[in-house]
Amino acid sequence: MNTSERQNSLRAMPDDSGYFDLFGGRYVAETLMPLILDLEKAYADAQADPAFQSELDELLAHYAGRPSPLYYAERLTEHFGGAKIYFKREELNHTGAHKINNCIGQVLLAKRMGKKRVIAETGAGQHGVATATAAARFGLECVVYMGAKDIERQSPNLFRMRLLGAKIVQVESGSKTLKDAMNEALRDWVTNVDDTYYLIGTAAGPHPYPAMVRDFQSVIGDELREQMLEREGRLPDSLVACIGGGSNAIGLFHPFLDDEDVSMVAVEAAGMGVDTEEHAASIAGGTPGVLHGNRTYLLQDDDGQIEEAYSISAGLDYPGIGPEHAWLHKIGRVDYVSATDAEALEAFQLCSQKEGIIPALEPSHALAQVCKMAPDLPKDHLLVVNLCGRGDKDIFTVAEALGVEL
Amino acid sequence: MSNPESRIDRCFAALKEEGRSAFIPFIMAGDPNLEDSEKVLSLLPSAGADLIEIGMPFSDPMADGPSIQEAGIRALAGGQTLAKTLDMVTRFRTTNEHTPIILMGYYNPIYHYGVDTFLVDAKKAGVDGLIIVDLPREEDAELCIPATAAGIAFIRLITPTTDDARLEQVLENTSGFLYYVSVAGITGAGMGGPDMVRAARARIEAQSDLPVAVGFGIRTQDDVRAMSTATDAVVVGSALVEQIFKASEATGALDSKGLEAVEAFAADLAAGVR
Repeated sequence: MNTSERQNSLRAMPDDSGYFDLFGGRYVAETLMPLILDLEKAYADAQADPAFQSELDELLAHYAGRPSPLYYAERLTEHFGGAKIYFKREELNHTGAHKINNCIGQVLLAKRMGKKRVIAETGAGQHGVATATAAARFGLECVVYMGAKDIERQSPNLFRMRLLGAKIVQVESGSKTLKDAMNEALRDWVTNVDDTYYLIGTAAGPHPYPAMVRDFQSVIGDELREQMLEREGRLPDSLVACIGGGSNAIGLFHPFLDDEDVSMVAVEAAGMGVDTEEHAASIAGGTPGVLHGNRTYLLQDDDGQIEEAYSISAGLDYPGIGPEHAWLHKIGRVDYVSATDAEALEAFQLCSQKEGIIPALEPSHALAQVCKMAPDLPKDHLLVVNLCGRGDKDIFTVAEALGVEL
Repeated sequence: MSNPESRIDRCFAALKEEGRSAFIPFIMAGDPNLEDSEKVLSLLPSAGADLIEIGMPFSDPMADGPSIQEAGIRALAGGQTLAKTLDMVTRFRTTNEHTPIILMGYYNPIYHYGVDTFLVDAKKAGVDGLIIVDLPREEDAELCIPATAAGIAFIRLITPTTDDARLEQVLENTSGFLYYVSVAGITGAGMGGPDMVRAARARIEAQSDLPVAVGFGIRTQDDVRAMSTATDAVVVGSALVEQIFKASEATGALDSKGLEAVEAFAADLAAGVR
């Protein structure tokens, strides 16, 4: 982009200091600051190196299985009788979620930086599995931090990570979920500064992570643009994605931010309802604050203490949101809504029965929003939902919620 | 560039005259409860504290080890807030005019309180300096520059990962003293040796005439004595916090015997600089 294009584009953020207007930044301990500056430089070098991009493309194609299909969900479309519904099938990627896109990119970067050890935090375990997978593929030592509460509800992924050779550290501090896993990963990083690469799984954290994770995930939206032009001869009318930290959503949205006619909806996890204390909707129920290296919307109390998030979906159970989303909310480019546990569970079952696809609980929140909006939209309205993960990992949670004994 | 208005500067100037290093204990505000942490605060100067660091508890202390994390959790569970921490300093100042008070913690509670209001209230309470772990120089506009303008020192951490080029940048807006973290790691972890600290100090002295304190992993009088030969001040945090926990574990409060034990422990550490 040239200067005037940059000024008119919504795709040119963040600025040199890592800010999306008020949001973002680099709020880390001095020990980590030199590492983050190194990472920023290494990432810029890698971006400018065609060999890096071609190795990434090769792995995305033949290891991850990209491009992921764009699927016309005919029976769901008929069921609602409104918008023409498409699924971007990220759940068909290797490891069963969009997380692998980012992990392959960052592991290649870690290797390029000469790091021997990769650490990660995980909530649902999808990012942990993807990190363990990419680390195994490149022979890097891998340590995954996971909250004790999440370990309890995601045991299949736990075993998967162990099979891949990763060491799992059970986090017992704080609320024992994703945010505490992230605190613990940061403590590891601050201690093992020489040989360790911290592979953040969502588009949050200190600069350059939000921009870097977004870039690696933008393959979702880039592919969609081509696929939709080929299928329908035009761009989609609306995009729907679930949002915890927001990596699948930003990957879907970012390539379309400058296309004014494409509307975008991000769906936060409302848990038991945003008017209760049991939810994970940082935009609906949060205020700006500073956590985990960036300023963004956070669930916090009157003293600025971070509150525990709640959702039936471990992958959305985080009290913050990526800083680019905070900004997109503030300028009104993306509409941020929410879906409750109950709505997500209903959409989970509907999708399984109508399309023969068992979605993860995370994209079930996006599907719940589709249930709300699709019926009232015209039949030529092209609606794309990011099916960012498959539901195998969630069957025990869902069975319990539905009162079924396995 | 010593400022006679500044308690911190006056304190280090006096210690220089005396020819010894400072002892700086750290306690967590509100641990094991507000009343008892105030009692500990008030006995520290007579136990030999030259300056005092007070932790402002935060729900997500990313740079702290288990001892200080748990102290923060106990404090928050007891209802500690930033406003109560400032009140604690206000009351301390009614009986102590000379011991510098440094608040240490994370940015979010201050950001949420409102930076300008916080600085006014902190100054009024008698706070002399701030150590905010997650505000590197890249974010100086947030709090460092306004704090300095309000007459509150912004004390910076320098770590083994801070090279000479970065050191120069880090020193730019720092005031009061410098806090050298002797190991890359979390609070309470191992301690770097005095030789390493001496080397770091020489590196810092080449660029700054601010006093240098050393902390992280210093646990005993012997540690304090060894480190005091290499720096202007020695900070003990986790070991003291653990002592307070031990003395209050059974009841969640410090009885007179518990307070005596804490005082004796602090006095023993303080003897290391004397």
